Amino acid sequence: MSVPKPLPHDAARMHVTGAARYVDDIPAPADTLHLAFGLSTIAAGRITDMDLSKVRAAPGVVAVLTADDLPFDNDVSPSVHDEPLLSDGAVHYLGQAMFLVIARSHLAARRAARHGDVSYAEETPILTVDDALAAGSHFEDGPRIYEKGDADAAIAAAPHRIEGVIEIGGQEHFYLEGQAALALPQEDSEMVVHSSTQHPSEIQHKVADALGVPMHAVRVECRRMGGGFGGKESQGNALAVACAVAARATGRPCRMRYDRDDDMVITGKRHDFRITYEAGFDGDGRLAGVSFVQYARCGWARDLSTPVADRAMLHADNAYLLPAARIESHRLRTNTQSATAFRGFGGPQGMVGIERVIDEVAHTLGLDPAEVRRRNYYAACSERGLSAPRPSGPPEDISGQKKPQTTPYGQVVDDFILHEMTEALSRSADYDARRRAAAQWNARGGVIRKGLAMTPVKFGISFTLTHLNQAGALVHVYRDGSVRINHGGTEMGQGLYQKVAQVAATRFGLDIEAVKITATDTAKVPNTSATAASSGSDLNGMAVKAACDTIRARMAQHLADTHGCAAEGVEFSGGRVQLPDGRSMGFVEVVESAYLARISLSSTGYYATPDISWDRIKGEGRPFYYFAYGVAATEVALDTLSGEYRILRTDIVHDAGASLNPAIDIGQIEGGYVQGAGWLTSEELVWDGRGALRTHAPSTYKIPAVSDAPDVFNVTLWDGANREATIYRSKAVGEPPLMLGISALMAVSDAVASCGEVYPALDAPATPERVLMAIGRVRGDGV
Amino acid sequence: MNISFRLNGESVQLRDVEATTTLLDWLRGTRGLTGTKEGCNEGDCGACTVVVTDADGTRAMNSCILFLPQLAGKAVRTVEGVGGPDGQLHPAQDAMIAHHGSQCGFCTPGFITSMAAAHLNGERDHETALAGNLCRCTGYAPILRAARSAEAAPVPDWMTQDAQPDRCGDAPPYTPDGEVSHAAVVPETSDELAAWYAANPDGTLVAGATDVGLWVTKQLRELPHVAFLNRCTDLQQITETPEEIRIGAGVTIARLIPLMDRLHPSFGTMLRRYGATQVRAAATIGGNIANGSPIGDGPPALIALGARLHLRHGTTRRDMPLEEFFIEYGKQDRQPGEFVEAVSIPRQADTLACYKVSKRFDQDISALLGCFNIVVESGTIRHARIAYGGMAGTPKRASAQEAALIGAPWSHETVQDAAGALERDFTPMSDMRASAEYRMEAAKNLLHRYFLERTGGAPGSVQEVTA
Repeated sequence: MSVPKPLPHDAARMHVTGAARYVDDIPAPADTLHLAFGLSTIAAGRITDMDLSKVRAAPGVVAVLTADDLPFDNDVSPSVHDEPLLSDGAVHYLGQAMFLVIARSHLAARRAARHGDVSYAEETPILTVDDALAAGSHFEDGPRIYEKGDADAAIAAAPHRIEGVIEIGGQEHFYLEGQAALALPQEDSEMVVHSSTQHPSEIQHKVADALGVPMHAVRVECRRMGGGFGGKESQGNALAVACAVAARATGRPCRMRYDRDDDMVITGKRHDFRITYEAGFDGDGRLAGVSFVQYARCGWARDLSTPVADRAMLHADNAYLLPAARIESHRLRTNTQSATAFRGFGGPQGMVGIERVIDEVAHTLGLDPAEVRRRNYYAACSERGLSAPRPSGPPEDISGQKKPQTTPYGQVVDDFILHEMTEALSRSADYDARRRAAAQWNARGGVIRKGLAMTPVKFGISFTLTHLNQAGALVHVYRDGSVRINHGGTEMGQGLYQKVAQVAATRFGLDIEAVKITATDTAKVPNTSATAASSGSDLNGMAVKAACDTIRARMAQHLADTHGCAAEGVEFSGGRVQLPDGRSMGFVEVVESAYLARISLSSTGYYATPDISWDRIKGEGRPFYYFAYGVAATEVALDTLSGEYRILRTDIVHDAGASLNPAIDIGQIEGGYVQGAGWLTSEELVWDGRGALRTHAPSTYKIPAVSDAPDVFNVTLWDGANREATIYRSKAVGEPPLMLGISALMAVSDAVASCGEVYPALDAPATPERVLMAIGRVRGDGV
Repeated sequence: MNISFRLNGESVQLRDVEATTTLLDWLRGTRGLTGTKEGCNEGDCGACTVVVTDADGTRAMNSCILFLPQLAGKAVRTVEGVGGPDGQLHPAQDAMIAHHGSQCGFCTPGFITSMAAAHLNGERDHETALAGNLCRCTGYAPILRAARSAEAAPVPDWMTQDAQPDRCGDAPPYTPDGEVSHAAVVPETSDELAAWYAANPDGTLVAGATDVGLWVTKQLRELPHVAFLNRCTDLQQITETPEEIRIGAGVTIARLIPLMDRLHPSFGTMLRRYGATQVRAAATIGGNIANGSPIGDGPPALIALGARLHLRHGTTRRDMPLEEFFIEYGKQDRQPGEFVEAVSIPRQADTLACYKVSKRFDQDISALLGCFNIVVESGTIRHARIAYGGMAGTPKRASAQEAALIGAPWSHETVQDAAGALERDFTPMSDMRASAEYRMEAAKNLLHRYFLERTGGAPGSVQEVTA
């Protein structure tokens, strides 16, 4: 069995030798041209004049395109057609593409792009949450509201109340490979596009519309990305469309990559949020009601902000039963980069909101926040057994049985395993003793303080836009017994290709070496969804399994016909095919026999997630097929003189179901945690008063470096199968671990809290500056 | 100009090189070696790391801000060259596969080359060796496991070849264009340099290119006249006398660290956070001073040590206290055609402490840097030299704070007063690194830290604490 071996990533050897090819590494014909955008230098207004004569005259320039030169659709939006490739006269943010330079080299294009002479009628930009609220600048008609019970009444009636606000900064993806595309014009109006994208089908769609051709005339391929994290779900559209349009205009191949600074200035990031909260609770810290107002700063275009903001609402409960809840969501339109998908897709921001509430409740009552968390957990599912099938039909409230517990949006939580996981982590991390030790350390009153926090994650798995929960695959078995697989999922480092290949190898009973993984290609599998929402292996693993099983069934039937046995009893393992009567033959032998009998050894496969339905306007239904769980404990040391801090130790127990590949899953967990901790600590996006992003390079935007990883870092997988019939009962693992990083923020807050009596109310990212200011508040310095 | 160097064990002779072509662009665009990646094009992510060997040894360097003339006479290994000639993997490559150290793989070639350089040098402080390599996928844990597991493996034969001096090619490392051109030169001595610069005062001097590199890759500036200092070995000397230590302008930060570890250990420790390994291998102390940045990490420490700066124009030399070189933001006391030749530090007992404050511990530009050199005798402060970076338009002495200390008893109360005096010294600015308020408050606190460290026993840094 290939599943669940901890095999290395399929490209590991190519990665370490430099042989792995990314879009900008693909050799292109010598006459290939290079592109760069000329960018706006103001955040809001209109173009009054655009003199591009100097651009056209610059060395190496072949052509310069403006919106007027685009033959068909001038749009790269993934949602509502509100994102022109090149400005149509309006300027919506500083860094927007005004014109497109086509030149003989990357450097020539970049140089020329700076010579545009553009005049503007400047308007006052709407930059901040407060600006947007004052101007009434938002997407959708009004706030979305999801409600359960009467939260206001529950809060008012509760023995204790808190209210507050937390600002949560955005996050730059900082995929190491910047956005890139290459378009190769073909005969008969066809276009082949190589794109570093999580969503080849959308690239195909946008390119086709921009070229005025049917989708069948565009083929998009992506072998791998150098990181995606959501930042290549829609943000690659502009480059791919620009390359295709330029390739059509010039008849020559065109390639484009953003310089890092351009990439950060142009592309969208994680939405920053302001969340205000009110909560009512009893003396034990049990929540009676919680009310949130979430303000999401969406930037200038809609992009994916609607589902992102929805998912923030859907994770406002995280792991906690909220007897009454009200979640109000405002999607604010600002003159900044159009915020986009980023690992967790709004879920992390929603979760930080409730974790802040619990932390403050615990502080108010003088309780250990971890204990307050447990008291508010949803009820355990354990009485039915971890992998017991879900009962058919709606859960009944039979007297004598517990009433089913529901989320604020009405989904029953019946797979909750965090009680056991938290207990296991408490023991393995020695939480209680270390909590006492930290308190003793802090009681000495030194300059260096310690903080320790344990926070859970419950993350809903499925696209909330239900129709996206489908996937296709194409599997070929060749006469020598080798297998080539293709599916709609893209590889961005998460190990999807490897996991899916292990599924195929397991279905055919072959070694992994027999299976070849091939670049995602819209000509092989059509109409795919983005590789997003952690869905990659759930959807594509099942689609590939379906294709493999179709071929297996044909082979089995062939054997049944030729050997007079039942097809159902035929088994594939160890490179051999076993008949029910005990006879066996080599896989290759059966393949050859089937071929000679004129039996197809190729099949498509298809999968659609069952049992989900969702009304996003009412906020009702079952948007998620299941939940993935995790819990993390982080300890930090904090310098009260500078606000600097360091993660000393992190312990994690995470639920990947029955893992398809434990090594890859642990890699996702370690990496997700550090990325999440980075988001909430050192990664700070700063815009100036003109709307210019001031942190547009790694010199100023600080993702975690190697010494920021915890000194001690213990990650274990929770031993349990998914209750739902996912691929080999595994669980999605792409996004959920990011939110384990919230424990780092809470640990810093815990250390700050040791400095005085006042609640730290620490905003994110908790830079040394914010921490030092919080220490001042806690000490009552009035800072 | 014509340049020769070794690339992955083979001699390379390039004719008519454009002086500001980066090694990265040449590798990827001309040579077709696409294993080396462009991640940021400014020396901050390490995806473009290559292994460079010269007479000083072997170091990891960022190829994105390394101009081809800087390689004259050196040996370069890219990720394609760290494996053996018969397809053997380097121990770091084997370990990265075994420990699942790559996910998306884009940063991986840079990690491999950094690890290969550290492995060759027997360095086992992996966090320092890898601080200049960013990874967004793994959280670094498997990479550190891989680096540790590769420690004990012997250095492969092919990696040691570059250190043999006769292997640097048959052609001379550098020859000027046929018709002697002043556009770009690689002088062999400081005399040659001085003459060229006096004749070309509008020229640009390139030492490590960790700053000038960005003029080219980010500002897209064209540099009509360039002199590369890498072959001026007489500028790269460290001379120790009983009175002083004279450090040539061309001494890299990497070479400064062991010197300071011995003389002023806190300075050495702070310099481990100057850029990262790759940057320190290129950046020079002369460049760090001459560019006049208010947030360069060298000058405040040197000012606190009472360093003097040595300038040269043609055959004329002068020197001055280092702090006097920095006039205001963007303006230094340097005439056209005049260059920094050396900086000298007077011998003294070590009472220096340097505190760098930044958002991220490693490879971050200082929000502020405070350097304290306070001599206490019999409980009274006799001397105090204090300088800050990031608090003004230049690296600057805290004169009011010094005055509040000198002659006063070495006590908490004195420190409290002197911290307050800092408001008379500085009016810091707000930017993306920190606000003015934070800079001032943290700067005041640094003197408290110095006092606590000199007088107390409790840990003064989060670096000293474990779980």
